[in-house]
Amino acid sequence: MPALMPRTFASRLRGRRPAGQPLKDQALEGRQFRARALTAFLLIVAVLLLLGLRYVYLQVLNYDEYATRSASNRVRIVPVAPNRGLIYDRRGRPVAENRPAYRLELVPEKAGDLEQVIAGLGRIIELPADAYAAFEEERRRFRSFDSVPLKFNLSEEEVARFAVDRHRYAGVEVVPYLARHYPYGDLLTHVLGYVGRLDAEDLARVDAANYRGTTHAGKSGIERYYEDQLHGVSGLEKVETNVQGRTLKVLERDPPIHGDDLVLSLDVQLQQAAWDALGDRAGAVVAIDPSDGSVLVLVSKPAYDPNLFVQGISTANYRSILAAPGRPLFNRALLGGYEPGSTIKPFIGLAGLELGVIGKDHRVFSNGRFFLPGLDKPFRDWRKGGHGWVNIQGALEQSVNTYFYKLALDLGIDRIHDYLAQFGFGAASGLDLLGENAGVLPSRAWKRGQMGQPWYPGETVIAGIGQGFNVVTPLQLANAVATLANGGTRREPRLLYARKHAGDAQAEKVRAPVALQIPVNDPLNWDIVREGMRLVVHGAQGTARAIRPDPPLQIAGKSGTAQVAAQAEDEDMTDATAAHLRHHALFLAYAPFERPGIAVAAVVEHGGGGSRQAAPVARAVIDAWVQQGLAE
Amino acid sequence: MRRLLRGRVPGWLPGWLQGPHLDLPLLAALGLLIAFGLFVLYSASGGSLDTVYRQGVRIGVGLVALLVLSQVPPHVLRIWTPWLYALGVLLLLATWLVGTGRSTSRWLDLGVFRFQPSEIMKLAVPMMMAAYLHPRRLPPDLRSLLVSVGILAVPAVLIARQPDLGTALLVAASGVFVLFLSGLQWRVIFGLAGLAAAAAPALWWVMHDYQRQRVLTFLDPESDPLGSGWNIIQSKIAVGSGGLLGKGWLHGTQSRLEFIPERHTDFILAVLSEEFGLVGVLLLLLLYLFIVGRGLYIAGLARTTYARLLAGSISMTFFLYVMVNAGMVSGLLPVVGVPLPLISYGGTSIVTLLAGFGILMSIFGHRNFIR
Repeated sequence: MPALMPRTFASRLRGRRPAGQPLKDQALEGRQFRARALTAFLLIVAVLLLLGLRYVYLQVLNYDEYATRSASNRVRIVPVAPNRGLIYDRRGRPVAENRPAYRLELVPEKAGDLEQVIAGLGRIIELPADAYAAFEEERRRFRSFDSVPLKFNLSEEEVARFAVDRHRYAGVEVVPYLARHYPYGDLLTHVLGYVGRLDAEDLARVDAANYRGTTHAGKSGIERYYEDQLHGVSGLEKVETNVQGRTLKVLERDPPIHGDDLVLSLDVQLQQAAWDALGDRAGAVVAIDPSDGSVLVLVSKPAYDPNLFVQGISTANYRSILAAPGRPLFNRALLGGYEPGSTIKPFIGLAGLELGVIGKDHRVFSNGRFFLPGLDKPFRDWRKGGHGWVNIQGALEQSVNTYFYKLALDLGIDRIHDYLAQFGFGAASGLDLLGENAGVLPSRAWKRGQMGQPWYPGETVIAGIGQGFNVVTPLQLANAVATLANGGTRREPRLLYARKHAGDAQAEKVRAPVALQIPVNDPLNWDIVREGMRLVVHGAQGTARAIRPDPPLQIAGKSGTAQVAAQAEDEDMTDATAAHLRHHALFLAYAPFERPGIAVAAVVEHGGGGSRQAAPVARAVIDAWVQQGLAE
Repeated sequence: MRRLLRGRVPGWLPGWLQGPHLDLPLLAALGLLIAFGLFVLYSASGGSLDTVYRQGVRIGVGLVALLVLSQVPPHVLRIWTPWLYALGVLLLLATWLVGTGRSTSRWLDLGVFRFQPSEIMKLAVPMMMAAYLHPRRLPPDLRSLLVSVGILAVPAVLIARQPDLGTALLVAASGVFVLFLSGLQWRVIFGLAGLAAAAAPALWWVMHDYQRQRVLTFLDPESDPLGSGWNIIQSKIAVGSGGLLGKGWLHGTQSRLEFIPERHTDFILAVLSEEFGLVGVLLLLLLYLFIVGRGLYIAGLARTTYARLLAGSISMTFFLYVMVNAGMVSGLLPVVGVPLPLISYGGTSIVTLLAGFGILMSIFGHRNFIR
């Protein structure tokens, strides 16, 4: 091998003195070298001193600053959302509960390119197409190092898939939480409402600081009305996180206070009975306990599944609900305005008696047609040829229009207005739900203000049978009949029955406030009207005798029909009439007659006659109430 | 004790340790350093015994290299030096053609294992220069100086091209140290230093973008705290928050929560500083000072030019590692991929370093041979 190298090169490398070079002085070179080595060593000591000083500077002089920065690196304060209060029905059945679920959260600061990260997550987890845009919108209310929810209610599969890929997503975390769930679905939608993603509108209403960790808030119904009580008080956690923002352990905890549990006066079984009785028809049923103003039933049909809204409803689902026949989002029980029809008669009758316009035995002859002086168009009775001589009770029993045409004229529209207003017509009842319709209770002043026109006597005539301008809601009707049943105490109906604050042993009962104690001239007058209503069901000629219950139960009721289309002379409603032109059927009832425990108003849209279509619905609710009563 | 420091072996030690070729004080200091390093590594790797075990294997290989080389007399090394140097240059040329590695062609895959030819050069360059200057009169004349510069420049340029500027500078530095120790006149030294300083801006033009970024980041780390400035900021936070006595072994939050980048390799000193505080850092620096001082002492004892220059250069290069790494971790120097010698995890550097100490041992052990 060495032979391959040029001879001189090899020999030089072997340490032979190259030709022509003087001899090395080893001793001198040794001294020279040691001088250099010493210089090097001194330089090294100097450099080490410098380095040491640098560490003194960092670790001693600037210790406080770096210790603080180190602490703020690892410790984060995170808000802890309180558990939302549960909601029960009157008998303790849970109607809104919290179920464990998982959501995906993202810390924008740690995640890197959000658009890319979200697109990547979209491959393992089902995300809507606009997830990135929606997230950008959502994160505005958070700071960049806060965790922002991206998707709720992950399926188990999605959680598992993410767990596999988790290392690829810094700052993304699956977080357990409690998701709202409504076990009864559409049955209670129009009462409970639902919770949805917290948005800017909600934040403007609530204390934003208390909602730092909260993702959902009540959007409608009880959930919205009692949001403050249901939400609770947010807590704080001091947690240690690693560089990816993952929580490793909790250092300190200031626990949240969970929201109040609410007990509703509603009874799910009664609600179900009303629901079933309505069948496929659109309509509403409201039942109130006349003794305390608590709402037992509040049904509006059709309805929708509130659970769809909790996770954020998809556009397709929302469209299908909007497009569904009968407008499921519309709460007929408190927003639906109906002509009261004959259901107004007991109140007109009571006005006549109490104001001394009629007496118990005051009689009117009905021949089927009632003429107003100067008009040749007759106001008709529903039975051709009329009902003959009737007093107030007979007039209620058979729903004789002529009797009330004349009574209305004798009272005059303003006295009717003033008396009926005491029963809550024409004003929101004060129920603990938002958005109630006030309805219309007409008067001269009202018409002038509303239309700028004078009042015509013919309008008073038809007001006597609840037609014309009158608009009532099922809730108003139920509350009015409850007031009639209990002898004149009108309350603001309440869905909330009791409230249990976190940590309290006992639930605190809620009482429906009294709105008005109606002055009573003579209690006998009230008995006369109530007897008339009893005869509607129990009289030989009663319009609703078909729903007469087995003794000993006695029901007082009154049917009504609200006109949808104007009726030509002598034309009768038949089954052949187009469904959307058929009248709305109404029925009021309370039971038991002697000691009223439930007052019901039922409306069946386009049902036709009140006694035939709506009365059985009311009866079904009363039956269910009786069964519940027996069980007690 | 004085006997021990002189390198005399106590009589009660087993025979094989009494052989003339081991410097026990140096060996003890190295052992202390390595043991300390393994403790820190255990913490820095997040309590991974597996990592510590693999590092232990490398140290084992390094110690075998140390023991073997310590038994080879310096003059034999000197004879083989040109071949080692030639082999190293050839391998560097080979990486140019068939190198593997992430974005750089530093590695050569030899089937059984991959290694960096540049590691060989860390020893081969000072060996070659010492061998070249050995028969010549010192301080070197202009011709010798030029040849010497050529010996260090060829591998340095090849390594810089890989691109691995850090290693290239280390390799070049080991050669420069040989020249310094060869007694180069101060005026020449200052002249060359002045030239280098003047040429430094030109370096900017040949640097890669990532290298320029590192320099910019070094100058102002807070300009991009989450990007390129992250390493240096988090490292300084770790060091500073360690305080005087540190947060305690396994209790460094910056390292445990993974805020320190490369925490078990290049930035392991940040972990050590955080957990053991200023006291730990100063102890470490003193240990390094002892090792380097001992190495220069051995160089001073040597009787041949080759041994002196080589021993001195190895010691000074070892210190350069410490200086660059400790400076980088504390934010005094830009981020360069230089490990903390004998403590940072991985790489072939630990084997090379221990092999270098094997040569020191040999020079110490054969100090009375004059050939």
